[in-house]
Amino acid sequence: MPHDHPSHEGISPSGHPYRNDNDTPLSYWQTMEIAMRELLIEKGVTTAEEIALQIDAMDARSPANGAAVVARAWTDPAFKARLLDDASAASREMGFDIGPLRLIAVENTETVHNVIVCTLCSCYPRNLLGLPPDWYKSRAYRSRTVRAPRKVLREFGLDLPDDVTVRVHDSTADMRYIVLPQRPAGTDSLSEAALAQLVTRDSMIGTGLPRAPA
Amino acid sequence: MMAERVRVRTMMPPGHVRTPAYLRGKTGTVERALGRFGNPEELAYGRATDTRELYRVRFTMSEIWGKDAERSTDTVDAEIFAHWLDRLED
Repeated sequence: MPHDHPSHEGISPSGHPYRNDNDTPLSYWQTMEIAMRELLIEKGVTTAEEIALQIDAMDARSPANGAAVVARAWTDPAFKARLLDDASAASREMGFDIGPLRLIAVENTETVHNVIVCTLCSCYPRNLLGLPPDWYKSRAYRSRTVRAPRKVLREFGLDLPDDVTVRVHDSTADMRYIVLPQRPAGTDSLSEAALAQLVTRDSMIGTGLPRAPA
Repeated sequence: MMAERVRVRTMMPPGHVRTPAYLRGKTGTVERALGRFGNPEELAYGRATDTRELYRVRFTMSEIWGKDAERSTDTVDAEIFAHWLDRLED
C-alpha cells in the first residue's frame, strides 16, 4: 500500500541520510534547566538578554585564544616562564577573560609528551579553548586515555617513540590544563601571528602536534 | 608538610567524589601542592564547606595497571584532596 507522504527512512534524493526529528519528551534535567531559567528571569535575577550574551561569549571563545598564548610562549622566553609558573595569570596578561579558571600549562619537550583528559566528566579549559570536541566527552576517550594513552594517540595519528615519556593529566578537581606543544622546526623566521596559525586545538589537548610550516 | 610519597585511601563513600576509583589504593609522589580548595564532597550538596589542601599526585602506569601497563614509566597526574591521602614513611 503506498504511503501518502514520502518516506523519511533511508537516504534522501540528494544522497544523505535522514535524521529523525527530535520529538522525544524533555529529560528531567532539560525540564529543570528551563524551569530554573524562567524563574530566574521572572524574579529579575537575570534577563533573557544576559543569558543570550553569555551564550554568545562562550561561543566566541575558540582554540585561537589558546593558540595566541602558545605562540607568545614560543617567541618570548620570559612569558613562557610566567606561563609555566601561573598559566591563569599569563593568559589574563594577554587580555583573555578566563574568569576563575585555574590553569596549568604543561610543556612538551624532546623527552616528554603531555595529554589531557577528564576521566570523571568533561573538565576542559573552555575559557581559553572554547567548547570541547565531542570525543573529549566520550566514555571511550575518558577511560582509554589513562589506560592505554599510546594506543589512543596512535589512533589520532600520533606515534610516539619509546624514548618519549607520556604524561597523562587527569583533570579531577579544580585545575584545568593546556599543553604547551613544541615549536615546529623550520619556523625561525615566522611572526608570532603566523606561528599561532600552526597551533591546533588537538596540539593543546595533547592528541596532536602543531602543523608544520607551509 | 605533606610527605613526598603518598597512598590514596581505598574508602568508597557515596556521593560526589572527585577521587577516581582507578587510583584508590595506589601510591604516588606529590608533584606539587595547589593550595586550599572547597571540598567537592560538600559543595556538591550546597553545604558550606571548609577548604582542604589539594595536591597533584603523579602515579606510574606500572603502579596503576601492574604488568598490563602499556609502558611502565609513563605517568598519570591527578588532583587529589588531602583527606584522601596517607603519607608513607620512607
